[in-house]
Amino acid sequence: MKLLGKRAPVAPLEYTRRWSMRIWVGLVLLFLYTPLITLVAFSFNDSRRNIVWRGFTTKYYEKALHNSSLMEALTNSITIAALATVVSVVLGALAAVLLWRFRFPTKAGWEGAMALPIVVPEICMGVAMLAFFARLDLPQDLPWPFDLSQITIAHITFCFPFVAMVVRSRLASFNREEEEAAKDLGASEWQAFRDVLLPHMKPGLIAGALLAFTLSLDDFVITFFTSGPNTVTFPVKVYSMVRFSVTPEVNAASALVIALTVLLTTIALKLQSRMGTIAQGH
Amino acid sequence: MEDWKRSRALFAAVATAPLTWLTLFFIIPMGVIWLYSFGTNAGLTEIEISGTLANYKKALEPLYLGIFAKSLVVAGITTAICLVVGFPVALAIVFASDKWKPWLLLGIMLPFWTNLLIRTYALMAVLRTEGYANQAIGWLHDRFGGLLTLVGLPAPGAYEPLHLLYNNFAVVLGLVYVHLPFMVLPLYAALDRLDRSLIEASLDLGAGHLRTLLLIVAPLAAPGIISGIIITFVPALGAYLTPDLLGGTDSQMIANVIERQFKRANNWPFGAALSFLLMYATFIAIAIQALKAKQAEKRR
Repeated sequence: MKLLGKRAPVAPLEYTRRWSMRIWVGLVLLFLYTPLITLVAFSFNDSRRNIVWRGFTTKYYEKALHNSSLMEALTNSITIAALATVVSVVLGALAAVLLWRFRFPTKAGWEGAMALPIVVPEICMGVAMLAFFARLDLPQDLPWPFDLSQITIAHITFCFPFVAMVVRSRLASFNREEEEAAKDLGASEWQAFRDVLLPHMKPGLIAGALLAFTLSLDDFVITFFTSGPNTVTFPVKVYSMVRFSVTPEVNAASALVIALTVLLTTIALKLQSRMGTIAQGH
Repeated sequence: MEDWKRSRALFAAVATAPLTWLTLFFIIPMGVIWLYSFGTNAGLTEIEISGTLANYKKALEPLYLGIFAKSLVVAGITTAICLVVGFPVALAIVFASDKWKPWLLLGIMLPFWTNLLIRTYALMAVLRTEGYANQAIGWLHDRFGGLLTLVGLPAPGAYEPLHLLYNNFAVVLGLVYVHLPFMVLPLYAALDRLDRSLIEASLDLGAGHLRTLLLIVAPLAAPGIISGIIITFVPALGAYLTPDLLGGTDSQMIANVIERQFKRANNWPFGAALSFLLMYATFIAIAIQALKAKQAEKRR
């Protein structure tokens, strides 16, 4: 009952210690979490109609895990996200170094163009990709995973500018003299990059990679326009399943993805706090 | 910064891949759509780029203009609600103790990282006729409905489930649900940088909390508030999934109309024109933000 105990009086700026503020924040968190928590809770409910609690079961998880088209979609999503992350990190890092280091004609234009995939509405980019790939008329029946290339290309296009943005803000804190010192001491351009600049960029690269992975895994609209009947990703599959009905199977599959998200976020925060302490140690 | 001419080989090594990718897979596709918006359907899959403005003219018909206006209104209401709901939350996080701050931030960010489709779906499960919201209200109704007779009101009849889903209310609720973190995080970043002694000074000099908030905090945090508004407004304006899954037949937004032109109606040139109009609206919003941010900078 520490909350109710007598403590120092509430200072004017301690908004968080006012009950009205606490209730407000509590209500907002309740609003944000109620749907997600009920979704996870009722995925364990032993009832097809999924309204009244009829006992604990994991059978819908079994069903979801044995639903081959759902699992195929999940595999596709993770494959695409992994590929898109790798390419986006490389392209994003290059773009960041380019814009941070060089002065060149038409730079402002490129800088603006690089920000476009971030701000353009998803639907516009989705239809642009659809029209572009239709125009190219690529062969449709490629073996897995090459049939995912259209989606992957689209994902890389909207992911790498985010990576570039994150890495560039990290580069802003780099001291150019460190690189010059390395070169004065005989390091080649490549050695200076690998041993001086790259270690400094690393937290930015990791943050960018996590961002790219989540963005790719999360994307529905752009994928919706670039996927074919045989290349369904997890969000597209869930979309076609929930379009008309709410089933416990989808609840279970969604709960699995929520668990994956929580796990990834935790890892990201752990990495971040560890890198924070390393940075402070230096 | 160094000039590209000083180390051409290095410049080429760094620049080639990202710029080529951006050109090939972003600028060219956008160009294709832009050209299509001046085209006409010739045959089933052929589009002839005839330089016509008919698609834009069609977009200005009352029907489509109405949907555009409605999208702007829905996105505006969403943004306003997010601001009103999110501002106290951002303020609370800023002034929270060091122990609570990271948890509160995580609390706001975790739904933001969760898959959009799953969040929308979770909301559907809560709102549908036999969903949890109706269950809860129905339970309260059955339990406590009888109490009304005690205060002289007639006893209510059997519980009629509310229609919470497939209407405009659900669309706005869904958009607020999805975009709230977009508002809270920039507000938090702006408020966190604020000089607290100014707020204290205002309170010491006798201004109330509300007055301090409106006259001191809001102007100082203006750039953050504006960017929060734009970051919320732009994706809400172009939202596809939320109106599609939560909305009814009359809650179509502009993105849904664009999708229909490309998938079912198969009128790509018209869809292309609509999507460019949406893009221009987005650019105007962002330009306003840049302008306001510059003004705020100057005033400092």
